[in-house]
Amino acid sequence: MDSPFALPAIVLVTVVTLAIGAYGVRFARTTSDFLVASRTVSPGWNASAISGEYLSAASFLGVAGLVMKYGADVLWYPVGFTAGYLAMLLYVAAPLRRSGAFTLPDFAEARLGSRRLRLLCAGFVVLIGWLYLVPQLQGAGLTLGTVTGAPYWLGAIVVGVVVTANVATGGMRSITFVQAFQYWLKLTALAVPAFFLLLVWRAGGTDSLTAAEVPVFPTETMVDIQVDVSVNVVEPVSLVADGVIDGTAVDGPLSWAPGRHDIAQGAVLTFPAGAPVPHADQLDTLDNATWGTPLSTGGGHPEFPLFATYSLILATFLGTMGLPHVLVRFYTNPDGRAARRTTLLVLGLLGVFYLVPTVYGALGRLYTPQLLLTGQTDAAVLLLPGAAIGGVGGQLLGALVAAGAFAAFLSTSSGLLVSVAGVLSTDVVGRGSVAAFRRAAAVAGIVPLGLALQVVSLDVSVVVGLAFAVAASTFCPLLVLGIWWRGLTDAGAAAGLLAGGLLSTGAVLITVLGGARGGWLGVLLAQPAALTVPVAFLVMVVVSRLTAARVPVDVGRIMVVLHAPESLGVHRRAG
Amino acid sequence: MTERSEGNEPQQPPERVRIDVAARRRVRVDRTLREIEEQTRVGEVLVQGLIRAQLSVALRLSAVVAVLLGGLPLLFAVAPSLSDVEVLGVRLPWLLLGVLAYPFLFTVAWVHVRQAERNEQDLTDFVDST
Repeated sequence: MDSPFALPAIVLVTVVTLAIGAYGVRFARTTSDFLVASRTVSPGWNASAISGEYLSAASFLGVAGLVMKYGADVLWYPVGFTAGYLAMLLYVAAPLRRSGAFTLPDFAEARLGSRRLRLLCAGFVVLIGWLYLVPQLQGAGLTLGTVTGAPYWLGAIVVGVVVTANVATGGMRSITFVQAFQYWLKLTALAVPAFFLLLVWRAGGTDSLTAAEVPVFPTETMVDIQVDVSVNVVEPVSLVADGVIDGTAVDGPLSWAPGRHDIAQGAVLTFPAGAPVPHADQLDTLDNATWGTPLSTGGGHPEFPLFATYSLILATFLGTMGLPHVLVRFYTNPDGRAARRTTLLVLGLLGVFYLVPTVYGALGRLYTPQLLLTGQTDAAVLLLPGAAIGGVGGQLLGALVAAGAFAAFLSTSSGLLVSVAGVLSTDVVGRGSVAAFRRAAAVAGIVPLGLALQVVSLDVSVVVGLAFAVAASTFCPLLVLGIWWRGLTDAGAAAGLLAGGLLSTGAVLITVLGGARGGWLGVLLAQPAALTVPVAFLVMVVVSRLTAARVPVDVGRIMVVLHAPESLGVHRRAG
Repeated sequence: MTERSEGNEPQQPPERVRIDVAARRRVRVDRTLREIEEQTRVGEVLVQGLIRAQLSVALRLSAVVAVLLGGLPLLFAVAPSLSDVEVLGVRLPWLLLGVLAYPFLFTVAWVHVRQAERNEQDLTDFVDST
């Protein structure tokens, strides 16, 4: 797709984001203003901001891409991304706000009185933050490359630099305005084109999305191969090729027998209308009926779909509360009651948003099936308006989704950067001064940018899912046990964090580096939460029991602070 | 939604009396708070009761979600024919996971906010009445 409007739209979003940020700077005067917007943000603004910050590349592009590839089973991703806020509401939101702490390490120290535990938490905050930042920057590279043909690294650098500069100069007060704006922009950018896509689909005769046939090219389709790819041909297909195919240079008609074919970067393939789509070889060639049936793919783990599904559910339901950029935003609520109401509104806003990506995922199989050949289904959202609608209308809508995608990278990266920089500036360098925060923001932004430039082909949503698994295996048990169980000790918390954190991080690293894909080991490494979350809880409880003498002497007072409503006034003196 | 939050201020009586009441009320609340903070037996029981009540609300609602939503993969595994059922032209799994899951989660959250706030109000009312 070459929409002439896409680049101006992306530039506009970036400039507006910076402008709103600059407007907010005038309010940011002290460190407290910087970090938590002085706790004066109303639930409506705060909920928009939390949602805007939360809807990342994984939600905006990745969910549709996964649905297009894997069908019914990956609907659990958006459900889990939403349900995470329910777990947060039920167990964490109000007590966390009442703890009066700024960050997760603050909470750990306030609850258990250990400096060393605080540092351990700081380490995991930075790790999860960076793990989550890398795919955002990669999504930016993919988007800019898809809509303008720019090289991958340019998009990553643009988003990395804009966000780092914005965070370093504005802090969180300005970010609150920016994020709130971003939610509504993202919803509009995704929902308006989806509406027109549905109209086109209906006008075209409402083709079945789940008929018992494999996806076919709807019209004669030219496919540019941007990265070397191997495809599996199931039914014989004839095409016109220009490039290196199966190791030999070809320029002209070609017919493929069933089997595997290698296509080199730079090749251009033209398929006739109605030809079955050869799938990239890491994908099973599914007919649409199988695609639409639960437990058929397990989101890439067809051998163990039930385990993969439940592990994903556990990671997403419990991981949200441990994401640093989500937690830090709860301190901007004026009190525990507002924290609850904010969370409730967030559930509503996310629920509305997540109705939409599924539409793109399903229609992508009809209108942009060539993405199943290249494997780059993350681009479905970007390409669909141009492919299905066409004309100036399609180009304008394509520009709109590109702008929304950029908003997604900008807002999520900003939020992550604020929390990583906040932790770095208070726990690692300096004492939380404004200057230290600015230096920390620069460091926090440069590291993941470097990583994003090194690692080219990670799947956006899968990596984000792994970040959820690490968060669910570390901060979820710390928060839940810390808030509800008096018996937790610093030693128990540290042991649980290390057990869950090392296991899940190890699994993440092996998966990311391309280790063990199939079999039991493969699914355990790619979806580790079903093992690592229970292990983390168990270790935390058992070690706390063994070190019961270390239970803080003032645990009763802390519990009062966490749970007593503000109307009793205990927080004025405790805080 | 906020009918309870401002209920502590009675109808405005004459100025002098109002300050008097407020002062007396503050002394009374302070004494109760000191009880809570110093972990006297009464204070400890009060807040522990609140924690138990809040935890039981959270656990009960978690169970509802675990069964009604978390049970879906098992249900589809046990009764695969359910995935072919169409409602309004949409296959059941897509309707449940793609659409209905969201209002369901919101409803559970709404019930929780109500119950959690009621538990807190009960404690506040009790402290005010002692």
